[in-house]
Amino acid sequence: MAGAANYQKYKSDGSRLGDLTEWVDARFPLTSTWRAHLSEYYAPKNFNFWYYFGSLAFLVLVLQLVTGIFLTMHYKPDASLNSAGVPVAFAAVEYIMRDVPWGWLIRYLHSTGASAFFIAVYLHMFRALLYGSYRKPRELIWIFGVFIYLCLMAEAFAGYLLPWGQMSYWGAQVIINLFSAIPLIGPELTVWIRGDYVVGDATLNRMFSFHVVAIPLVLIGIVAVHVAALHEVGSNNPDGIEIKKKKDERGIPLDGIPFHPYYTVKDIFGVMVFLIFFSIIVFFAPELGGYFLEFNNFIPADPLVTPQHIAPVWYFTPFYSILRANTVNFFWVDAKLWGVIFMGLGVMAFFFLPWLDRSPVKSIRYRGPLYKGALAIFVVAFLILGYLGMLPPTPGRTIVAQVCTVLYFLFFLLMPIYSRLDRCTPEPERVRWK
Amino acid sequence: MKATVMRTFRAVVCATALAPLGALAAGAELHLDRAPDRSGDTAALQHGAKLFINYCLNCHGASFMRYNRLRDIGLTEEQIKGSLLFTADKTGEPMRTALRRGEAKRWFGAAPPDLSIIARARASEFGSGADWLYTYLRGFYRDESRPTGWNNSVFANVGMPHVLWELQGGRSFQVEQVRARSGKGPTGYEKVVATYDEEGRRTEKVEPLAGADHGEGARTDFGPARGGKLDQAEYDAAVADLVGFLVFMGEPVAGWRKQLGIYVLIALGVLAVLSYALKREYWKDVH
Repeated sequence: MAGAANYQKYKSDGSRLGDLTEWVDARFPLTSTWRAHLSEYYAPKNFNFWYYFGSLAFLVLVLQLVTGIFLTMHYKPDASLNSAGVPVAFAAVEYIMRDVPWGWLIRYLHSTGASAFFIAVYLHMFRALLYGSYRKPRELIWIFGVFIYLCLMAEAFAGYLLPWGQMSYWGAQVIINLFSAIPLIGPELTVWIRGDYVVGDATLNRMFSFHVVAIPLVLIGIVAVHVAALHEVGSNNPDGIEIKKKKDERGIPLDGIPFHPYYTVKDIFGVMVFLIFFSIIVFFAPELGGYFLEFNNFIPADPLVTPQHIAPVWYFTPFYSILRANTVNFFWVDAKLWGVIFMGLGVMAFFFLPWLDRSPVKSIRYRGPLYKGALAIFVVAFLILGYLGMLPPTPGRTIVAQVCTVLYFLFFLLMPIYSRLDRCTPEPERVRWK
Repeated sequence: MKATVMRTFRAVVCATALAPLGALAAGAELHLDRAPDRSGDTAALQHGAKLFINYCLNCHGASFMRYNRLRDIGLTEEQIKGSLLFTADKTGEPMRTALRRGEAKRWFGAAPPDLSIIARARASEFGSGADWLYTYLRGFYRDESRPTGWNNSVFANVGMPHVLWELQGGRSFQVEQVRARSGKGPTGYEKVVATYDEEGRRTEKVEPLAGADHGEGARTDFGPARGGKLDQAEYDAAVADLVGFLVFMGEPVAGWRKQLGIYVLIALGVLAVLSYALKREYWKDVH
């Protein structure tokens, strides 16, 4: 579908704009890029609600980049104390909130955007689980996507240290200490990551560097290849069938419509609805009851005072729960190391989905009760793990988390079996529409 | 089982020398009174600002709060300069404390925290930051065993004395606690009633409880206040004003933020309708 060579160069119609376009086109793949990715990129016409979240995730990425640039102009990654005894980095955030014109809005857009990014990405991934978007020939799109998710986690973790509040500090302490569970090199590794024996100024400065330069660069790069791979093979759709199998005489898919203008105008509507929900949080509940901005993070970082309850922000809590659910030493391996291993596997498991799924159909519309049930159990287990990860552990909660951890992994481990045994219904020839 | 869970979690959380992790078990329920809402009530907020500057700013700073931000609650530059500017020369300066940090630490055991965003920091699952402050500032009682002679029902063994004492006066305090019996002898529960009189002298009564199924917990009770400039209702209202000011100071822009939010939502609502109409128009020819 893509490939600039397939498109004719633009020929001017004699107008001034036409001349300019012809001049550019002779030197740069302008028209061909526009056509390949927008005006002649044919997307299935039956996209539903779940197909908004890709473009919304992209919108939030841009929002985070732009607000981040302005925040970087006023923020100072400095853990030393100012004359009032407050860390400079912490004071810089309050300076942005109070003294920088519109600083409060930029900061709330950025802090709310972080959570919105994860909401959009989680729903985008769930869409792939619903309609089998990771299946052949879209394995690479999916793998690049999981890398985006990993990058996003690293980006969120580094960014969360910057306000230098109590949760920033102790959250980083807990997460970086996880590496100390690695045999032999663990303790040395944590010192290397922190740049110090404790989380300190060196850690803050490197996390700032990672957050504003290193990880965004990688993130943008992977987003580009994610979209490039998508436009190479074309989009999946809620019916999970290939629209390219049925083409008209000009080679255009019968069930395809040009991305622009059809999906650009549709996505603009999606953006407006998203912005309404987003604005309700930004303007009326920026802390969202402590879920988006944790209350303890309004206390400056204090290495001498450990908070009673350290909880990561909501988007990490499912994996934090899996970590804590490992309470038994076995095979001569410490429970803590098992926790780190399972937490890592919990994320990595997504990479293998394209090969674990052996169903003859892609979309949940034509799958049988086994996959539907497995997916429902997986989602419920994931949500329960997320909820438990915000609470302090009790023996009862730990047992629930252990059960949910097992269910979480069974979704992946048993997929080759239940996806094959499932009683699927035949896929239609053409997409179902209206 | 519990021991294993605790041990593992502890191991995971504090692999550093610096993390002597405190009580990890779910903390005791904290009962907080609801603070009256003073947002937008400029008279109350101005009263709160006056109380804050007279009673709090001697020891606590509010280093993110500039004096001239008080214009947001209806005060003029002249009023600020004339009667509120105690710890700075210019209204553009922040509300610093006159107290030196080192001295403060020697006197109180800990430097008094900066109060700029205390109302946001004190929020918890038990209530808003305002609720905590409102309960805390009305929770002081005499305790002769403390260096300052004061203790607090919300913040046990707090380093801060009751600075609003001249307004509230002194009270007796009683805490009734049901707990599992410790030490030798048969297991079971006991009720402990500790009473602090108006001079802070403590008396304790312990009575064993029959039966084995008592939930642990505590109930606190204050005697009537005596000798203060304000009566109970007036004192509560004054504290509510002060807390209202602390909430305002935590995010001075909050009022404007919500106001602006209404306009933004109206604009987005209109755009959503228009963009839906545009989408419908374009999609008419998709069959």
